[in-house]
Amino acid sequence: MASQDGLDRLDRATGLGILEGALRQLDYWWTVLKRTWRGGVISSFISPLFYVVGMGVLLGGFVPGDPARLEGATSYLDFVVPGLVAGHAMQIAVGETTYPVMGGIKWHKSYHAQLATPLGVRDIVNAHLGFVAFRIASACAVFLLVLAPFGVFASWWGPILAWFVLLLLGMAFATVIFGISTRMSSEEGFGLIFRLGVVPLMLFSGSFFPIANLGPVLEVVAWFTPLWHGVDLTRTLCLDTVDLPRALVHLAVLAIITAFGWLWAIRGMEGRMRS
Amino acid sequence: MISARGLRKSFGDVDAVKGIDVEVRKGEAFGFLGPNGAGKSSTMRMIATVSPVSGGELRILGMDPATEGPAIRSRLGVCPQEDTLDNELNVFDNLYVYGRYFGIDKATVRARAEELLEFVQLTDKRQAKVENLSGGMKRRLTIARSLVNSPDLLLLDEPTTGLDPQARHVLWDQLFRLKQAGVTLVITTHYMDEAEQLCDRLVVMDKGVIAAEGSPRQLIDEHSTREVAELRFGIADEGNVHEQIAGKIEDLGRLEVLPDRILVYSPDGEEVIAKVHERGLEPIAVLVRRSTLEDVFLKLTGRTLVD
Repeated sequence: MASQDGLDRLDRATGLGILEGALRQLDYWWTVLKRTWRGGVISSFISPLFYVVGMGVLLGGFVPGDPARLEGATSYLDFVVPGLVAGHAMQIAVGETTYPVMGGIKWHKSYHAQLATPLGVRDIVNAHLGFVAFRIASACAVFLLVLAPFGVFASWWGPILAWFVLLLLGMAFATVIFGISTRMSSEEGFGLIFRLGVVPLMLFSGSFFPIANLGPVLEVVAWFTPLWHGVDLTRTLCLDTVDLPRALVHLAVLAIITAFGWLWAIRGMEGRMRS
Repeated sequence: MISARGLRKSFGDVDAVKGIDVEVRKGEAFGFLGPNGAGKSSTMRMIATVSPVSGGELRILGMDPATEGPAIRSRLGVCPQEDTLDNELNVFDNLYVYGRYFGIDKATVRARAEELLEFVQLTDKRQAKVENLSGGMKRRLTIARSLVNSPDLLLLDEPTTGLDPQARHVLWDQLFRLKQAGVTLVITTHYMDEAEQLCDRLVVMDKGVIAAEGSPRQLIDEHSTREVAELRFGIADEGNVHEQIAGKIEDLGRLEVLPDRILVYSPDGEEVIAKVHERGLEPIAVLVRRSTLEDVFLKLTGRTLVD
């Protein structure tokens, strides 16, 4: 396995510091942001607002505001908003690490151009993930700010902490999906990720209804979905019903997935670009 | 600048480069000539430190690509075979953003980008989107981009493939100017005219090995004759007419029988044609020309460069 040894040796030859490697790509990602922010505003802000109005306000009008059945929320709107914003963080993360990653590898080949410079694979993955983090953070911040006047948050600090959780949740998905995208030969699999991954998670991870409603077996299944950890933690922070040990478990799960996903993404990119 | 000893590259069971020795000196234009699949691009990718070496030794600018990749790449310019320009950005931003990857400060990279646009004659296109440029302009922009860090060594992988003749000549002119300015060029090509125009020295690669090495002139003198007579005969009812006729003229010089013509290698091509006519043979078209690297390649491998 001479080439595998060579790969490992190239891995170590990263040269630039982590921060330096990412900062050198700031101008590039700034130009990407300048040309994509308009579309981003619509997808990351206007459409979730439709969800909030359609599901939270209008559909929620038919749901009795019983805290015992809504995990402590006094209205369905209060219940569903944290679930929607968590699901939204996931969707942005997946959207930004599927087609754009494939594009960098296969279509516009921006990663190939970047790798001809002193930048290493790790630097390129980090900068792209940094951009995804910015997208998640800004979209979730706007989402939370716009909803604040609706009186859906029990405290001022709850949504601020929730914002960090949403960022972590988003990065858990972003890193893992990034890694998957680097290992895919064509974009056809992305349809599966969305249809069999994102949509079921969105529907059955406690965003729209308490997972207790799933029945005893599926409820246990839901515990093992990353989105549920993010939804539950976001919701308890927004409703001020945090249970500390449970919150720490959620944080640990999301942090471990993110750390694993980050390494998985870098390994995947190395395998793909250094053949 | 580059030194390779027994350099190998394998992809699984396939050996793309099978142990080559190459020495590139400062300031020269060095070429890898060979057909597609000869191992040229694999060699280039190892030199560009984006593909690990499978075996043998490789030193670029005195450094080991396995451990000093970023340091090597900071002094390399790479013009890849396929355009990797950012189609969404304008011409100037492509250069600017790329310069920033090298850690060059903003003011310097702006000034450098303007200079390079002037050099590749794209100043009036500086605000144009890349996707609206012609193929030749894109390639010139790629060359400009590869020069943004003022590299000591410029790698050009099939620089003029896919360009029309006029665009090729513009590009050759620019590469020639770079060479005059002292930049070391390493070029892969499957065009023998390109290799003859640009390269001081080259290796002919075939199936992962080096078949010959030298200056274009040396290679031609060594492996071919001064002139070549090309004879084209009509189409026979049965079999290859050129095969049948070859038997009647094999004493006139070394022959290469191609599907559409016979090449006769001789110091005097006109004399060959006169003798062919004397023997009552009537080719429908004849041509006498100087030997080229294409002939060298044909002699060494029995195949033409562009199949």
